[in-house]
Amino acid sequence: MAVRVSRIFLLLTAYLLSPYIQAAPVIQTWQSEKGANVYFVEAKELPIVDIQIIFDAGSSRNGKKAGLAGLTSSLLDEGAGGLTADQISQGFDNLGANYGASAGYDSASISLRSLSDPALLEPALENLARVLVKPDFPEDALARQKNRALIGIRSKQQSPGALARDAFFAEVFKGHPYAVPSSGTEESISAMARNDVISFHKNYYVTKNATIAIVGDLTKAQAMAMVEKLLKGLPAGEKPQSIPAVQVLEKAATIQIDYPSTQTHILLGQTGIKRGDADYFPLYVGNHVLGGGGMVSRLFVEIREKRGLSYSANSYFSPMRENGPFTASLQTRTDQTEEALSLLREHLKIFIDNGPTEAELEASKKNITGGFPLRLASNSKIIAYIGMIGFYGLPEDYLETFNANVNAVTVDQIKDAFKRRLSPDKFVTVMVGPGSDEQGPEKDKAVGNEQKSKAAGGSS
Amino acid sequence: MKLSLKDRFLFNRLWCAGPVSIFLYLFSTVAFANVYEYELDNGLKILVKEDHRAPVVVSQIWYKVGSSYEHEGITGISHALEHMMFKGTEKHAPGEFSRIISENGGRENAFTGADYTAYFQTLESSRLPISMELEADRMRHLIVLEEEFIKEIEVVKEERRWRTEDKPQSYTYEVAMATAFQTGPYRHPIVGWMNDLDNMTVNDLRDWYQQWYAPNNATLVVSGDVNAEEVYQLAKKYFGPLPAGKPLKVTTRPEVIQHGIKRITVKRPAELPYLLMAYKVPVLKTALDNPEQVPEWQPYALEVLASILGGSGSARFASNLVRGKEVATSISAGYNFSARLDHLFTISGTPARGHNVSQLEAAVNEEIEALKTSLVSESELQRIKAQVVSSDVYERDSVFYQAMIIGMFETVGLSWKEADKYVASIQAITAEQVRSVARKYLQEDRLTVAVLDPQPLDSSPRQAAAGGFDHGR
Repeated sequence: MAVRVSRIFLLLTAYLLSPYIQAAPVIQTWQSEKGANVYFVEAKELPIVDIQIIFDAGSSRNGKKAGLAGLTSSLLDEGAGGLTADQISQGFDNLGANYGASAGYDSASISLRSLSDPALLEPALENLARVLVKPDFPEDALARQKNRALIGIRSKQQSPGALARDAFFAEVFKGHPYAVPSSGTEESISAMARNDVISFHKNYYVTKNATIAIVGDLTKAQAMAMVEKLLKGLPAGEKPQSIPAVQVLEKAATIQIDYPSTQTHILLGQTGIKRGDADYFPLYVGNHVLGGGGMVSRLFVEIREKRGLSYSANSYFSPMRENGPFTASLQTRTDQTEEALSLLREHLKIFIDNGPTEAELEASKKNITGGFPLRLASNSKIIAYIGMIGFYGLPEDYLETFNANVNAVTVDQIKDAFKRRLSPDKFVTVMVGPGSDEQGPEKDKAVGNEQKSKAAGGSS
Repeated sequence: MKLSLKDRFLFNRLWCAGPVSIFLYLFSTVAFANVYEYELDNGLKILVKEDHRAPVVVSQIWYKVGSSYEHEGITGISHALEHMMFKGTEKHAPGEFSRIISENGGRENAFTGADYTAYFQTLESSRLPISMELEADRMRHLIVLEEEFIKEIEVVKEERRWRTEDKPQSYTYEVAMATAFQTGPYRHPIVGWMNDLDNMTVNDLRDWYQQWYAPNNATLVVSGDVNAEEVYQLAKKYFGPLPAGKPLKVTTRPEVIQHGIKRITVKRPAELPYLLMAYKVPVLKTALDNPEQVPEWQPYALEVLASILGGSGSARFASNLVRGKEVATSISAGYNFSARLDHLFTISGTPARGHNVSQLEAAVNEEIEALKTSLVSESELQRIKAQVVSSDVYERDSVFYQAMIIGMFETVGLSWKEADKYVASIQAITAEQVRSVARKYLQEDRLTVAVLDPQPLDSSPRQAAAGGFDHGR
């Protein structure tokens, strides 16, 4: 089921990289005539062009209309410039071009991959411009996409992982736009009108609110001309005001959702950091030791390797425009919930109190810096990086300096940053799984304000 | 709903050692013109694909073993063994393999399918010898420790709970496979039945390892910023001293001929109904083995057929069923072209609001009837071919993918050279051939229909969740 997740967000939760032997790609930047920031990397090896247009038009811009950003994004190619959805999709497919659109919390992005042969690229770009600039938002397509969004919301009810994540965000970001699922709610989607979509597009799909990333078989001059042509019909508009800052949690909370699964899904954490945060490197490198380093990280070793309690056990900072979440998670057979949860808590606390050992830090640095070339080994990976750098306004030498920044991190910096940024006594704990009287989670009531809820069943 | 060529493939075909998902996008294929092929005296095959765009190397070792090599009672053993392959050798303690790769900036994992088990590392290219030394070591010198097995089999069970038991669509898929295949080995889930996992012993794994892990049952695929001759020399150095295993004999109980449609209903706690239709069809490997029965073009025509139905945003399912009749919220078509044995052509989807599974099935059947009665238009066919040609170029952007295709083809018994013929073979397919395979294979006597009938999520879960499975403890 297409639950829309922004590419940017995925990138943040993904593994991060930095420069090793390989020089970082040369990023050329400029501003389009109407104020869009463009990031371009020339890559001549393959006859491919990738382009991504990123707007600050994610679900944090929804206001009271949860799901509006995703609905707008999904409707762009459902009728534009007088062409039907069939004509538009045939337009891309006839050329072998791939179109995509997605919306997450911070951004909405539109992407195209085409062969660089002008006979294919030119018409693909024309079709892309049509979708970008002149979406018609037909009523029948709106109704269909609303129905699809409603099914998407219902599909989350059959996924304990998705339920846990929504509950976690709702509690961690209470009062902030990040608290509301980007997919919206049944009520908000049902109430959506065509005018909502039209005005969202008008306000946010404007050039001053756009970042463009391009990688591929083009010269800079060709890329510049391409951008101007693409944005020609789009108004300059205005950059929207900043979204509110995320508030630090004042007390712990435990949320249990009763669910008929064989495992209990556990999410633990609180607010973390933003993109470009001063603490980014100590926290990123430190968390690599704790739970972000895959099969060698502490949580994986303690929970899976030593005890066989879960298939996955990890922790991540997910930096966003404003402070995104810090999340530690695992899934375990329900009767082991107490044991797994207390182990997870224990190891988070030990790490926050003591930081990594020198040896662990060294091993993580070697993995991160030694693996730097892997981060940039394809056009797809490069465009994801430059899109992120552009959208979040990270320094243009972000990639070039990445390894040096990683290598500069010390044990003391990690301890200091973890202590300042995470408070285990204020963690939000979410558990989704079968309720049980004899299980441990009940004992955790004392930790914070307890909430209990049922997984809402068929409610469409 | 955007459907792409990439979405046509079923979600649960691969099981990984670590919780890092690998996105496998089949097919079209990469051009393999410059693949270098070597073989060591002990039978290890080495395939090298140079790609010098970035200073990165992907090293994959493929074994000809997977769930389709298993028999009743030991299902899941190939996948369980894959997990144990990280648990130490005579030279390296449990977990050390991963620590060494990690300290060298590498990423690694492994995956098990029905027809193969593979291990891979991605590294900065000068560090290839590190992965070769470690892989050669665990090819013949694994120690399957009892105390490690006892923990790891619990991890495997957690993986099964997470991927199958608690995911109603995956659960339905598992039951459908076990129904469609009555005697053939694709009826086994890759992860194995829970009861077999409960009863598996460390000695079973040791035997399985001795039986299948040997250079003469493996293929080393290296792609990236390397020199083929140097790779060969390295492989000779590290894998050369390993003794060959006994000659391997694979006996497969064949699938019996199906007589009549099979229909099943799967009741699980869920929110949305789900329809899965699966037709038994030949694959490229079985066509090449029996050319009198299955002409070589037929698997390619089935590929085109899958694209016409579910390949992209302009395909018939998206155009007619998601838009048009608005009977589906999502619907896709999949064909396991590169299986080792006859496999399935599948159609799966979720009804749109206000529609039920029967209406969705009826709408799918209308599309299938249309393919049997009318020829697809030339423009439709050209559109599919344009996408195959461009995908072939796009996929060269991934060094990992290139190695993947070579390894998979080789391991199921197709030569990697077959992958090179893919684009031309698709381009040669005619509208008549598409209609011909629709008529021949999309028939009731080949069909299994599985329906997920959602049960309440909010009723008391205790029975269903805690007692519904034989967990054994």
